[in-house]
Amino acid sequence: MKLHEYQAKAVFARYGLPIQNGVVTERPDEIAGLSLRYPVVVKAQVLVGGRGKAGGIKVAATPAEARERARAILGMDIKGERVTRVLVVEAVDIETEYYLAFVTDRRTGRVVAIASAEGGVEIETVAQTDPEKIARAEIEPFLGFRAFQARALGRRLGFAGALLDEFVKIATALYRLYWAEDADLAEINPLASVGGHLLCVDAKLVLDDNAAYRHADRPANEETTELEAAAKQHGLAYVELDGDIAVIGNGAGLVMSTLDLLAHFGGRAANFLDIGGGASAEAMQTALGIVQRKSGVRAIFINIFGGITRCDDVARGIVDSPPKVPASIRLTGTNEVEGQRILREAGIAAGLDPDEGARVAVELARAASEKRGGR
Amino acid sequence: MAVIVGAKTRLLVQGITGYQGAFHTKLMLEAGTAVVAGVTPGKGGDRVHGVPVFDTVDEAVRQTAANACCIFVPARFAGEAALEAIASRLDPVVIITEGMPVHDAIEVLAYARQQGVRLLGPNGPGVTTPGQCRVGIMPTHLFTPGPVGLVSRSGTLTYEVVWGLTQAGLGQSTAVGLGGDPVVGTSFVEALELFNRDPDTRAIVLLGEIGGSAEEEAARYIASAVKKPVVAYIAGRTAPAGKRMGHAGAVISGTEGTADHKIHALEAAGAGVAELPSGVAALVKARLS
Repeated sequence: MKLHEYQAKAVFARYGLPIQNGVVTERPDEIAGLSLRYPVVVKAQVLVGGRGKAGGIKVAATPAEARERARAILGMDIKGERVTRVLVVEAVDIETEYYLAFVTDRRTGRVVAIASAEGGVEIETVAQTDPEKIARAEIEPFLGFRAFQARALGRRLGFAGALLDEFVKIATALYRLYWAEDADLAEINPLASVGGHLLCVDAKLVLDDNAAYRHADRPANEETTELEAAAKQHGLAYVELDGDIAVIGNGAGLVMSTLDLLAHFGGRAANFLDIGGGASAEAMQTALGIVQRKSGVRAIFINIFGGITRCDDVARGIVDSPPKVPASIRLTGTNEVEGQRILREAGIAAGLDPDEGARVAVELARAASEKRGGR
Repeated sequence: MAVIVGAKTRLLVQGITGYQGAFHTKLMLEAGTAVVAGVTPGKGGDRVHGVPVFDTVDEAVRQTAANACCIFVPARFAGEAALEAIASRLDPVVIITEGMPVHDAIEVLAYARQQGVRLLGPNGPGVTTPGQCRVGIMPTHLFTPGPVGLVSRSGTLTYEVVWGLTQAGLGQSTAVGLGGDPVVGTSFVEALELFNRDPDTRAIVLLGEIGGSAEEEAARYIASAVKKPVVAYIAGRTAPAGKRMGHAGAVISGTEGTADHKIHALEAAGAGVAELPSGVAALVKARLS
């Protein structure tokens, strides 16, 4: 789960990381009444990157100007995400911009610290153009991130004296936050030197959803759509896509390959839905309900390979909640004979071959689309 | 021979009294696996399908000489269970559990490396050597013994391809499920090393998916060291960027982790890449003859 900048900065503040004085608001008229030193910066709060280039960050010299800037930014559409809040912070004179982050490195299965004197730009760009300007430190989980590692990184970024001490404090606090809050990514970009001190001018936090149970204080996830949230409540993994064939399958890899199968036969999936391992008849019913709530769905492709999941359970779920749009069903694996029999007796056809099932689903969607076009 | 598990495996099941643990213990026994012990704290003295249950791994190992471990306990206790198994040097330790916090996986992996224990998962289907040993949840009836080693990040996709191989008359040496989480115990490269050394394995199937760079690293290893034919399939060609496709590990960030990038890397390394799962068996057959 990705946090907004203002949410991430609230977490930063709890760990003693230096941030600018600022307020988040949904109402431009409120801004004049806030005790802020001008000029200020009005920043769109969106989860997608690149908001500065999209015009979502503006400087304002007076309260009246800040109100106008906020009015212009609120309601903006940035890469498909509507701006509903702005963060207003006191502007600072940035001397130099640095980069600092902790991230889980899948390759090594460890946390790494990444730092660079080339801050304020995307680190991926720096990694491609000037890889030598990126300093890394790998973290041994049982030792944690140690002060000597922070000092070494700080020196590689060119810090000395009091600024080096500040960098060490910030880096160790950021690691403490990263580990204690179960983060996947904790990033400061830019980490800026301002009047002889370091300041976290932006803040990015991505938290591990699997660890949510040990953090009751986390804010609500704003990344997901309404249907995605509904599916999650039922323990189903659902992702909205832009095609017209609803997909239900079991196992993430199989569902991903199901989307590819549809594309191979010229169709497009309306969603990704994994009913998970050991899914019950109820899970299948819920899944059918969710995928058909999305508008524009013309056909359904159900692709089940029973392992822990049993074909008879799946079949009962389908019979209890028959699809309202034409469906192609592929059902094989554990208790396949029983599952096929249950469907047959309910007058629902199902096959055993995935490629054939996908081809039929694409045909059904195409036929439904033509019928609709002819009206 | 096969890899990781075989006729000498003496399996301990953690979480054996739970719904999934008990169900799969039965199936593992039916597959011929020597399941010698179960562990559930507080349930010591019970029996599950005839298998004695202990309160701790330490006791179970002392009394049954178990040498491998499969974990079915719920996500919030799975990390602790894995550490307990590693402390007793059970090898491999296979975590089936889905939804384990990533930081727990980081600690478990670090401890496993320190103790020299092979870890599979979390969030994987386990490992099966047909005719000898099943550790985990892969359906037994799909398999038949033979020369094809298979390694995968996904459970049901493994079943799909194994079934296709079996129907085409291509048996399997061992099928290894790595797990779908961002941090897992064993990489494609490590599994390829094992199959490359295994005299019973004559061809290798690699089933990858979007996210991370493990398939690209596998491609580099294939180009430099693997002498046996390799056939791959990568799921998620049509997945959008930035969305988590079920597996926590399956997210495309920027250009990294896309299916196309992985497919190109594997093809450049000389591997055959099937466009659909159903195409894998034919490619293997062509390369074996």
